[in-house]
Amino acid sequence: ITDIRQAKMAAFTAALRSGALINGLRASFRTLPPVKYGAVAAAVPPTNLPRGCRWSSASALSVKERIDHKRKTALCGGGQHRIDAQHKKGKLTARERVELLLDPESFVESDMFVEHRCSDFGMEQDGNKFPGDSVVTGRGRINGRLVYVFSQDFTVFGGSLSGAHAQKICKIMDQAMMVGAPVIGLNDSGGARIQEGVESLAGYADIFLRNVMASGVVPQISLIMGPCAGGAVYSPALTDFTFMVKDTSYLFITGPDVVKSVTNEDVTQEELGGAKTHTTVSGVAHHAFEDDVEALLNVREFFNFLPLSNQDAAPIRECHDRSDRLVHSLDTIVPFETTKAYDMLDIVHATVDESDFFEIMPNYAKNIVVGFARMNGRTVGIVGNQPKVASGCLDINSSVKGARFVRFCDAFNIPIITFVDVPGFLPGTAQEYGGIIRHGAKLLYAFAEATVPKITVITRKAYGGAYDVMSSKHLRGDVNYAWPTAEVAVMGAKGAVQIIFRGKENQAEAEAEYVEKFANPFPAALRGFVDDIIEPSTTRRRICRDLEVLASKKQLNPWKKHANIPL
Amino acid sequence: MAAHRLSPSLNRLLLAGKYASFWTRCCAVHGYAQYSTACSPNEKTFDKILIANRGEIACRVMKTCHKMGIQTVAVHSDVDASAVHVKMANEAVCVGPAPTSKSYLNMDAIMDAVRATGAQAVHPGYGFLSENKEFAKRLAAEGVAFIGPDTYALQAMGDKIESKLIAKAATVNTIPGYDGVVKTVEEAVKISQDIGYPVMIKASAGGGGKGMRIAWNDEETREGFRFSSQEAASSFGDDRLLIEKFIDNPRHIEIQVLADKHGNALWLNERECSIQRRNQKVVEEAPSTFLDAATRRAMGEQAVQLAKAVQYSSAGTVEFLVDSNKNFYFLEMNTRLQVEHPITECITGLDLVEQMIRVAKGYKLQHKQEDIPINGWAIESRVYAEDPYKSFGLPSIGRLSRYQEPLNLSNVRVDSGIQEGSDISIYYDPMISKLVTYGATRAEALASMEDALDNYVIRGVTHNISLLREIITHPRFISGDISTNFLPEVYPDGFKGHQLEADSRRELLAAAAALHITAQLRSQRRAPSVATRCPCVKVEVDGQWNLASPLLPLAINGTHRMLQFKVRVLSKLAAQLNSYMPEKVPEDTSSLLRSPMPGAVVTVSVKPGDSVAEGQEICVIEAMKMQNSLTAARQAKVKSVHCKPGETVGEGDLLVELE
Repeated sequence: ITDIRQAKMAAFTAALRSGALINGLRASFRTLPPVKYGAVAAAVPPTNLPRGCRWSSASALSVKERIDHKRKTALCGGGQHRIDAQHKKGKLTARERVELLLDPESFVESDMFVEHRCSDFGMEQDGNKFPGDSVVTGRGRINGRLVYVFSQDFTVFGGSLSGAHAQKICKIMDQAMMVGAPVIGLNDSGGARIQEGVESLAGYADIFLRNVMASGVVPQISLIMGPCAGGAVYSPALTDFTFMVKDTSYLFITGPDVVKSVTNEDVTQEELGGAKTHTTVSGVAHHAFEDDVEALLNVREFFNFLPLSNQDAAPIRECHDRSDRLVHSLDTIVPFETTKAYDMLDIVHATVDESDFFEIMPNYAKNIVVGFARMNGRTVGIVGNQPKVASGCLDINSSVKGARFVRFCDAFNIPIITFVDVPGFLPGTAQEYGGIIRHGAKLLYAFAEATVPKITVITRKAYGGAYDVMSSKHLRGDVNYAWPTAEVAVMGAKGAVQIIFRGKENQAEAEAEYVEKFANPFPAALRGFVDDIIEPSTTRRRICRDLEVLASKKQLNPWKKHANIPL
Repeated sequence: MAAHRLSPSLNRLLLAGKYASFWTRCCAVHGYAQYSTACSPNEKTFDKILIANRGEIACRVMKTCHKMGIQTVAVHSDVDASAVHVKMANEAVCVGPAPTSKSYLNMDAIMDAVRATGAQAVHPGYGFLSENKEFAKRLAAEGVAFIGPDTYALQAMGDKIESKLIAKAATVNTIPGYDGVVKTVEEAVKISQDIGYPVMIKASAGGGGKGMRIAWNDEETREGFRFSSQEAASSFGDDRLLIEKFIDNPRHIEIQVLADKHGNALWLNERECSIQRRNQKVVEEAPSTFLDAATRRAMGEQAVQLAKAVQYSSAGTVEFLVDSNKNFYFLEMNTRLQVEHPITECITGLDLVEQMIRVAKGYKLQHKQEDIPINGWAIESRVYAEDPYKSFGLPSIGRLSRYQEPLNLSNVRVDSGIQEGSDISIYYDPMISKLVTYGATRAEALASMEDALDNYVIRGVTHNISLLREIITHPRFISGDISTNFLPEVYPDGFKGHQLEADSRRELLAAAAALHITAQLRSQRRAPSVATRCPCVKVEVDGQWNLASPLLPLAINGTHRMLQFKVRVLSKLAAQLNSYMPEKVPEDTSSLLRSPMPGAVVTVSVKPGDSVAEGQEICVIEAMKMQNSLTAARQAKVKSVHCKPGETVGEGDLLVELE
């Protein structure tokens, strides 16, 4: 063992010192040397068995007993003391997570007997082999609907990714693609298994490739429930939705110590890549949940909205909320003063079934609201400008947030309902230098290429280019409504008058004339750019009826290898 | 998405009560009012009345006007432009921006509205300009009728000091106290010592509990004096105060009077309004359990004497404090329609608004004293947008995302001026509605109230339904053993929500579980059919499982109950695993002073670097016209101040940080 330690120390001489994660890992690795993020050395616990006493060679036990033993060992992961350590950190084990995520007794495990194949640094010893290695994989059901799951096991070598680990994940992803069922990944891994070297890296790439191939074929959800660093972060980044658990999960390319040594910034791992950072600042994650239990139960709820694959229609749930319900509160929701804000979420909650709205990225780019809901039991994607935040303008972040959501809906046959109250794109050097032109184009592109049913409701402002972008009639909107409070115009009255009547007197009069002419839904309705001007209280009833009709909508884009969205 | 763990949310959200055939009654008695508007066609009153008020009382007045064939004019502030009272009126005039001083108290604008619409009379409702003699004078000068008493009575009774002198002269029992205006703090202390503690300091021009403080010693007198004069100044524009003996543990019982311009006056029996918090009424009933016929008559006759002494006309209320020996003392006379007038209408069958309009036109009273009955029992609960867990109710604001009045039940009257989608703002009174139930007996009225509270759906703002339900089901309340100290005596540590007993806990758990399973089965697209078995005891739960309805009528072990739920149920496995989940440590708040409610900062008494003692006042927040002193939770040094006087703050906003 001493030899092994020395060898390992040697292997790490080049590694930069990185202490942050170690506090967390130390409980699991008694002999752990300094570790760099994104790469974890499989620590070698002292083995209990004398060398040479291998099950295979001893043959003292029958095959049946050996099977039983392996299964039993597999269920214990890295052993009781590591399970306890995992619990102590407020985290569940890989198997507990799977059990809670799936319907009771629906989990069918695969590759329980797979072990890593590394023979360096003492890894070949029996004591360093764990049946199933550091990931639990298989399939199961959520509310009776098929799903494939992998759950990384932090108690085995810190959940580090070995070749075998990657192979297990790839296997279930391939199957999921074949049968057309979503994949949910529960990530809790220190990174690559350093002892395996390039085999581990190859494993990552195998997974990345499958993430890309599955993209748009089956929904992919990542739930980050522990560390996820280095190259490993790109798997969640490639999936459709990334959820995080507050206080226990981190996503970053390099940890705080590397950051310090390279850029001389002092930052904690929570600040650098915690749930709050990624759900409010970076927009990497789509939702953060309080703890493991909360997160898993919410993913179950979320799963109910999704179709199993791009060949499936979104599920229809029995609806107890009358589809012809009039929503009187909507008649008064838009304030009289056009400058006054209101909460778009109030409109969404009042319109959809049972006020049940699963908001995606609720704390990022809050000037646009996106999420899933149901109308008369059918899943719909909701997009709405949020007048409460930055007047609901479109900027870089909100455009990208909206675009990605719209494309997900389009890929998976989920109708899109758009509520429009947008004063335009946000001006300024920050936006222009940041590339608002190409980012704004993403949202435009996404709405334009979408062939799912598209229903648009203009609640108030629809100004300028932003009007065009927000699922307008011109971008193949199927049904476009305007509320009586709608104003479809190139810009607000004040700005327009200043340009049209520059330097002239009677600006106030001209402004009044402009308001009279354009600050209402008529110019758009006259031209057929909105199909009807509706009482807000009838919005729900109309959308439900329209969706029924549009359920059989068929629209194809011209053949192409793939489109070229402005990235 | 909100994750309510089972136990605390159950305590708070439990609204389980008896439920009687909810669905079948839905269509039965909409808009049933418990008073009859007699409106004789030969009695011409006015063609058009302007209602100088907002909210439920404006709607209430308009209802009668419309029955009498009178056109109505609403006035409103700009934020109220789409309010219910505006929609209900035949015409509406905007009288200014949101703050009441610029709109509903803006006499110039309201006079303009009267002129512009050609209204022949103005009903002022309660509050605002209802007891403002200047307003009445200006109307009179333009030949517009003020639906209320004439200016003399307004003036005489509007001033607490003068009213007491007049009452004394009219041989009405009065409370010992200082009959004059108190000008300085030191004078207040001296007078208080002379009268003997405890004393009550109140605004001379006040009413409705505003500008009122009780003091038990010199220090409290000083503080009370300061507060009351500030509140009085901001609420009534008049900071004069008076001091009187405070009667400990009294009942608050008031007599409704009705008088015409021909010297006739009636007493329409009493209302008991003892259930109060911070001198504001919460639950009222008519008649009172406490009065015998002789006392009732004595009080009624004194009330009529007083009304006659000031040549009172219109509806008015004479408030008395009644001690445990049934001695009663004149408190004040309210020269307007009271908030709680519906319960008098319920037991007497009179429409007080109609009577006020008739009297204002100069007609004689139609009734004689012996015609005034006490028919049955009526109870009123004031439903407020308030957090009852904070000193029995601190104002909350928000948008009523869901709102459903229990009008499907019989014997229920709801007076409200809001609807689903309405905003409860910081500018106005946080009252949502007045929920009135009545019955042949008090027990019947109480049972109806319990049902009605269970069936009341309010979402989007914090409300006090849970407190109301606790009060009306409390044994002391049921037995009639109440006083104005009821709330602090029954809940000395503040209201903590309904405390479940083992049985009801089990039943509730069963119902929650059944609901959860129903939702689960629906997600699995299976037909929901659920009966739940709790550990040890079988609890049968059956019902119509409409998962979209906010109300869940259930039969639990055969008893009908109406439930409103927002719970998250954990499966056995989830609950087990939940034990591994870390407790999230909440932010240490003892060093952070946050605003407990939305409102405006009146004063900030500290600056960074100051040392404060525990309990020392740090700043004062005014919300809904009430001043609330915020104090230091511990001895500390002030680190930073994040607010300044005049600023508007939201609930939870950081005001001051301590070191």
